[in-house]
Amino acid sequence: MLSRTADNLFWIARYMERAENIARMLRVTDRLSLMPSSTEGEGTEWQSTLIVSGTEDIYYDKYDEVTPENVIFFLAFDRDNPSSIRNCIELARRNARAVRTAMTTEQWEALNGAWLELPSWDETRLRGSGLHRFLDWVKERSLLFYGTTIATMLRRDSYYFTRLGTFIERGDNTARILDVKYHLLLPDNVRVGGGIDFYQWAAILRAVSGYRSYHALYKEGIKPWLIAEFVILHDQMPRSLVSCSSAINDCLENLTVEYGEKNDAYRIAGQIHSQLRYGKVEDIFNQGLHEFLSSYIERNHKLGQEISRSYLLG
Amino acid sequence: MAPAIFDEMGLSDNEVRTAYLTLRDWLKETPPEILTLRREEAETFFRRIGITFAVYGEGGDPERIIPFDIIPRILEAAEWDQISAGLIQRVKALNAFIADIYGKQEIIRAGIIPREQVMTNETFRPEMVGLEVPFNIYTHIAGIDMVRVGPEEFYVLEDNCRTPSGVSYMLENREITMRLFPDLFSRYNVAPVDHYCDDLLSTLSSVAPRNCEGDPTVAVLTPGVFNSAYYEHSFLADQMGVELVEGPDLYVKNDIVYMRTTQGAKRVDVIYRRVDDEFLDPEAFNPESMLGVAGLMSAYRAGNVTLTNAVGAGIADDKAIYTYVPHMIEFYLGEKPIMKNVPTHRCADPGEMAYVLDRLDELVVKEVHGSGGYGMLIGPKATKEERAVFAERIKAEPDKYIAQPTLALSTCPTFVNEGVAPRHVDLRPFVLSGKEIRVVPGGLTRVALKEGSLVVNSSQGGGTKDTWVLRGK
Repeated sequence: MLSRTADNLFWIARYMERAENIARMLRVTDRLSLMPSSTEGEGTEWQSTLIVSGTEDIYYDKYDEVTPENVIFFLAFDRDNPSSIRNCIELARRNARAVRTAMTTEQWEALNGAWLELPSWDETRLRGSGLHRFLDWVKERSLLFYGTTIATMLRRDSYYFTRLGTFIERGDNTARILDVKYHLLLPDNVRVGGGIDFYQWAAILRAVSGYRSYHALYKEGIKPWLIAEFVILHDQMPRSLVSCSSAINDCLENLTVEYGEKNDAYRIAGQIHSQLRYGKVEDIFNQGLHEFLSSYIERNHKLGQEISRSYLLG
Repeated sequence: MAPAIFDEMGLSDNEVRTAYLTLRDWLKETPPEILTLRREEAETFFRRIGITFAVYGEGGDPERIIPFDIIPRILEAAEWDQISAGLIQRVKALNAFIADIYGKQEIIRAGIIPREQVMTNETFRPEMVGLEVPFNIYTHIAGIDMVRVGPEEFYVLEDNCRTPSGVSYMLENREITMRLFPDLFSRYNVAPVDHYCDDLLSTLSSVAPRNCEGDPTVAVLTPGVFNSAYYEHSFLADQMGVELVEGPDLYVKNDIVYMRTTQGAKRVDVIYRRVDDEFLDPEAFNPESMLGVAGLMSAYRAGNVTLTNAVGAGIADDKAIYTYVPHMIEFYLGEKPIMKNVPTHRCADPGEMAYVLDRLDELVVKEVHGSGGYGMLIGPKATKEERAVFAERIKAEPDKYIAQPTLALSTCPTFVNEGVAPRHVDLRPFVLSGKEIRVVPGGLTRVALKEGSLVVNSSQGGGTKDTWVLRGK
């Protein structure tokens, strides 16, 4: 297939996954901001969301202070933020238009439908239940695209490039969501392991659709190291880093078979995967959770670049 | 005096033409609310699958849908047979003409077409002189614009030999009509059009370069998503199962064209290009072009790739050359033209110009190189001031203009805000030429939605209709 087409498919999937994850982060942040926290803590949730989404610098170019209204607008609708939900959906649809022939009708309709409905959301009324309806819509649209990809695409290179986009982005986003805890400072007078700490960890589970599955699997209360294990190392958890890397491995494996050629992307992905597959949560905490996640994000990013270099730039 | 207008259904109950009887009954039994509902469904369908075209420089929604009129236009089998024979004859002559112009120029030597009409024409491409193309075919996909003025009277208004568009609407209109009105559709025996893309692919494959081994690799070359006909480009590539490429996806090495793929370079044999001549190759034509492929012309000249339609095919569809098409048919085929040309006055001729200036209030004046309904004057509808402005323009550059009598374009029943009412239509059928020559039964019917308007162009508020050709008994 054309390199440009593969590149577009890869990025369509990334943008849709990113839109969904921004929606997930916004929902969690909004929930946390409703928690009874001390006055000093006011605003840190919104600040941390900016850090985690990697858009803090652009935000401060435009706004002087962090307010819920500004952050919500910035992450959901701001055209100046390249990763805003609006930009993600518009870019995904623009890329899709450029590669209509490589997509199924159902995939196209999922993306075009999102793009057609986007302007009907009133960006000035996105607080409270309005915000949640919007975030639900984003998640549904992303899942619809994800579902149509699985249900309708031929299992060949175009499918694998689309899936690669999803999982490279998802791995990155899951790691960032987990890293929120590093940036989310507890108010000074609050004890670690106390009520607010509990809410913050629970929020991470919710952000990765893992609150109920965590309890089902561990039959335990909220424990940071178990949550980290669940979100990083558990192969039954579909958004965990190991699940993402396993899916990436499968895609590259299939491409290798289809094209009859192994390359650096294949090797890098294998290294990342074996580290996660055989990793232990104790080692991760010894290394430092934030350090581990930063290093993962960096390597995942390199893998994305290597995939581009090997296949997408022609 | 205004000429009588021919309505293809028949305006009163006692003059309904046979082909339209069933449709008339159906229109009578179907309440307007249902028609309105169906029209809304059609619009949703077009938006959802993204059949849009772009209109620039007017503000508003840049991705618009062309209004679709839900009432089909119907042609009898016998009418179509006549049209089809006329189209094939005409396109054969047009291809013979282009081959001749870039070859021996016999038609010029025979004194039928003046040399300067060809050689000074902007669409003439000296690069093509002496270049051989498979089967001597230059316009592989031709769209012939026709109008009807009476039961037996069809005229060709214009030939489109370069990159005619609209065929995707022909196909999608049929798709939506069958979906919205299965009951009406099944009451008729309508000739199918859906094999068009198969025919297109075999036409393109048949003109692969001689040195191409195995199945030729065909690609559709588009200027990109911002082109007004982008939907059509992607639609055709999709239906044919070939790659839709943009200039940067291709490159030329040792006079061979390759596309960049995830598995490295892949050779391309036939390019159905929807990029204009001037933008095809920055080395040969416009050096600023970002849409083309450097070295493409050189690969073409080396016979390693076939471009469809051929470079320089535009020499045959220039509005000044148009007037000679009936002569071409007699000259190359030794046949009488089946289809008529509209009588055309070339303003380049001083006598003709005087005639045109005298009768500006009854003629249609067009720019020789204009298209899309821009740059034309419809005399009877224009104000005195508009006519005066045009008269000055004609006097300043007479060879840029031609004039034709205002034809009483036929009307068809159309569902507009006021209900079902007659509106003027034209017809663009598509002719495919390769090893064989083929026409799918139908074409794109364009309809002027404004009452009394004769301008059917989509850029000027025209819509489209599904066109039914009935099968013979």
